Amino acid sequence: MDHHRNNDHRLHLLWFFAVSTTLKLLLIPSYRSTDFEVHRNWLAITHSLPLTKWYFDETSQWTLDYPPLFAHFERFLSFFAPLVDPKIVNLHSGLDYSEDSVIYFQRITVIVSDLSLFFGVYRLTRKLETLKRNLICALVVWSPGLLVVDHVHFQYNGFLLGLLLVSVSFLGDGRDLVGGFLFAVVLCFKHLFAVAAPVYFVYLLRHYCWVGLVTGLRRLVTLGVVVVAVFVAAFGPFVYYGQIQQVISRMFPFGRGLCHAYWAPNFWVFYIILDKGLAFTLRKLGFDVQVPSASFTGGLVGDSSPFAVLPQITPLTTFAMVLLAITPCLIKAWRKPQPGLVARWIAYAYTCGFLFGWHVHEKASLHFTIPLAIVAVQSLEDAKHYFLVSIVSSYSLFPLLYEPQEYPIKVLLLLLHAMVMWLGFSAQYTDEKALKKKEKAGEIKSKFEIGFVEKAYLIGLVLVEIVSQFLHPYFLGDRFAFMPLMLISTYCAVGIMYSWIWQLRRILT
Amino acid sequence: MPKKKPVNLPGDGTAALLPVPPMDNWWWLSHKGTTTSFLCISLFALLIRSAVSMFPYSGAGTPPKFGDFEAQRHWMEITTNLPAIDWYRNGTHNDLTYWGLDYPPLTAYQSYIHGILLRVFNPESVSLFSSRGHESYHGKLLMRWTVLSSDALIFFPAALFFVLVYHRNRAKSGVAWHIAMILLNPCLILIDHGHFQYNCISLGLTVGAIAAVLCGSEVLTCVFFSLALSHKQMSAYFAPAFFSHLLGKCLRRKNPILSVLKLGIAVIVTFVIVWWPYLHSVDDFLMVLSRLAPFERGIYEDYVANFWCTTSILIKWKKLFTTPSLKSISLAATVLASLPSMVQQILSPSDEGFLYCLLNSSMAFYMFSFQVHEKSILMPFLAATLLALKIPDHFNHLTYYALFSMFPLLCRDKLLLPYLSLHLLFTLIYHSPGTQITLPKTKASSFSFTSFPGYRFLLRTHFFISLFLHVVYLTIQPPQKYPFLFEALIMILCFSYFVMFAIFTNYTQWTFSSHFRSADKEKKRI
Repeated sequence: MDHHRNNDHRLHLLWFFAVSTTLKLLLIPSYRSTDFEVHRNWLAITHSLPLTKWYFDETSQWTLDYPPLFAHFERFLSFFAPLVDPKIVNLHSGLDYSEDSVIYFQRITVIVSDLSLFFGVYRLTRKLETLKRNLICALVVWSPGLLVVDHVHFQYNGFLLGLLLVSVSFLGDGRDLVGGFLFAVVLCFKHLFAVAAPVYFVYLLRHYCWVGLVTGLRRLVTLGVVVVAVFVAAFGPFVYYGQIQQVISRMFPFGRGLCHAYWAPNFWVFYIILDKGLAFTLRKLGFDVQVPSASFTGGLVGDSSPFAVLPQITPLTTFAMVLLAITPCLIKAWRKPQPGLVARWIAYAYTCGFLFGWHVHEKASLHFTIPLAIVAVQSLEDAKHYFLVSIVSSYSLFPLLYEPQEYPIKVLLLLLHAMVMWLGFSAQYTDEKALKKKEKAGEIKSKFEIGFVEKAYLIGLVLVEIVSQFLHPYFLGDRFAFMPLMLISTYCAVGIMYSWIWQLRRILT
Repeated sequence: MPKKKPVNLPGDGTAALLPVPPMDNWWWLSHKGTTTSFLCISLFALLIRSAVSMFPYSGAGTPPKFGDFEAQRHWMEITTNLPAIDWYRNGTHNDLTYWGLDYPPLTAYQSYIHGILLRVFNPESVSLFSSRGHESYHGKLLMRWTVLSSDALIFFPAALFFVLVYHRNRAKSGVAWHIAMILLNPCLILIDHGHFQYNCISLGLTVGAIAAVLCGSEVLTCVFFSLALSHKQMSAYFAPAFFSHLLGKCLRRKNPILSVLKLGIAVIVTFVIVWWPYLHSVDDFLMVLSRLAPFERGIYEDYVANFWCTTSILIKWKKLFTTPSLKSISLAATVLASLPSMVQQILSPSDEGFLYCLLNSSMAFYMFSFQVHEKSILMPFLAATLLALKIPDHFNHLTYYALFSMFPLLCRDKLLLPYLSLHLLFTLIYHSPGTQITLPKTKASSFSFTSFPGYRFLLRTHFFISLFLHVVYLTIQPPQKYPFLFEALIMILCFSYFVMFAIFTNYTQWTFSSHFRSADKEKKRI
């Protein structure tokens, strides 16, 4: 019986995936960002150069800046590339190559690597009831953020998040060692996932190793050996060749500045705005306030302080703030390490990293929206929260696709997502008795309702979109070109801040 | 997100049999009612459409004639720049040999409205003469959006109307699945949003007319169907069905002549309004008419899986007969082929039978009428879509072969990837887990067609040959002596399936009605 159920479940999930694959295939000719060329270049670097030169090559401006395992992943893919078209992996003549061959090849690698996401979702949901399972599938596999970033913009987030979900699912099963091992692997694929490392550390220490002196020590050593082995496997060769400093400097380009060209909707948006506001007021009051030499709206940000009044922010400050923000959750994890809460804590940690981190990309919001989807089906409150945060974070990714061709696609994806969430959550919290009588009663009452404030906020989102997409270009044209993006960042930052506070309260209570 | 799945709720028959709580796989998508699930599925359908629209259109980058995209764009150029009376007339500003307007006036008005929109946002794409062969990122996008919006504004509401009416007295179980079948119809998406045409408008109006028949509003039917006819003359494929069904119903009234008169007036008034600019002189009217019926192009073109084209391999129709005599022969053949189902509807008009009649008459036209395009399979296919819940298996096969019959065309348009993806998507949704579309049991007992031993075998052979042909068409260069060898093979294969299908549906229409009548009698007795 159980076997049958599982089979059924696998089939179901596979079906979801297959349907999303058809859409992914259709998205092949859509707009692709420079990330596409970045990854093509990495294919070429790892294919044609020895390992010792990977992190030194500067043939293209898109140098390798992910950890070594990702480079190995690209190398693995590059074995297949020449079968399709040898020019793809040519370091020089392949630059900015944009034939169909390379587009199909790279897009299909993303589609295929999404299988890890499939596996992660499968492991996480195999013991849940049908409705929850379906909902999680729909929320993760059809997440507009993932589709937009991976299959239009071009990245491999589905693959990496899939690995993370597999790791979370092992923790949830109580198999801490495997979970820890997988997380170490994820870290060596993309170091941005490190934000959740403190959570993993505290949780594993407490839940896995805190079991009496002898067993505990043995487990601690085992875990340590496993994690160190992963890191040695990834970074060892570079340490051996004495290149580790170069690798680290590539991975952490702190010269890039506090905010990305398009501000991720996080805490620093308020900080910048407060600074501008203060400077403006003080000038009005007659104080002599210097105009900062670096600007936030001009794109790239240099080393000089971009703040006129408020203190300069350094990477160390942001690091301390992230850690501070995560602390409550660490304490909670230490006091009561429950496998069922790990997904929630990890999502919270990524939210903190997103809000207070250094040079955060808007795409990093995926790191918490995807794990939150797992949490969303756990309670009514979670569902309400997820409904809001997932819409906001997906919307904040809209500016990534700025060309008109993809406009209907991103809008429809988001609408569909919202609709599916609404239908799914309403169904989940529908009174069963009412449902049985549904033949007669017209409308079935559901406990899933969106509050007034949330509704107002979401309507505001629509207004923001109308202003930034239509009214601004119509009335102001090219003047204040930074305004629409600023408006979107600021408005979405409010939603993400709210989500952070909500998650924090949820974890503490 | 997405939904997707419309798919059926508690599998059709099973829900009634098993007292299982409604914890089926898909009930959560449809528990809010038909309209809500329709909205959800239509969002998904629109998403798929906008994704397909990123692919190339017919004739992209192939001067001097380009393709259907250029034809539509050219009509926008003509209609926005010239007065209505000159739209169909050859003149210094309107060269009819270059994609001259050859659809009825409603298409021209639609081009005019879309042309105005294009002129606002991208004037150079519709400027007289200088815009010929215009191709640009924004031009393509705006054109694509006009199709998307036509679909969303006409086809979708019509489909909703149909679904609401059709399912009002039925078990709710198959609704979502049926909606998905109608909205994610791969043929329509590929032709409209890939190849580039506005079939969604005329088909949408037709669906509206069909829904109006089902809800008993005959005047509305006449208005909608007249509009559909004035948009694309190919809508006439359905005319016998409408005509015979409405006639059959009127004959059963107390005052048959009055009822017929009422409908006749509705038709005439609609036509007069739509055709008004061309009704001021007989010459104008004939000029438009002659544009609509391009008899000089011969009885068939290319490789269409219909009777004339397929048999022409053996019988050279074009050499044996003159065009005028071919005209009468094809007319006679068409009428003969659609006659049985017409007679059935006149004798005993019923909703179900009407849908079958639509299918049969459009299939008859596809098979036997003059100058059929491969795209015309959309008409019989639309009718089959509406019947999808009744004949799910046959519908599945028809979709496969209808798509296959357009395969060479879509390959020429470089739409191979959307062809494969949509095919896959259709198959997935058709077989969505938790959906057991069961064949109506009544049929199996009364009929032997599908249980005929050779039938299964034939179907399987067809299927394997078609798979083989797909591969061959894509990989092997045809012999120089017969450059269209594979097209011809595909055509023969599809034709032979279509013939089987047509025999089945004609048969079903007659047996069904007898079954229906006896069931009806029983009910009355009770």
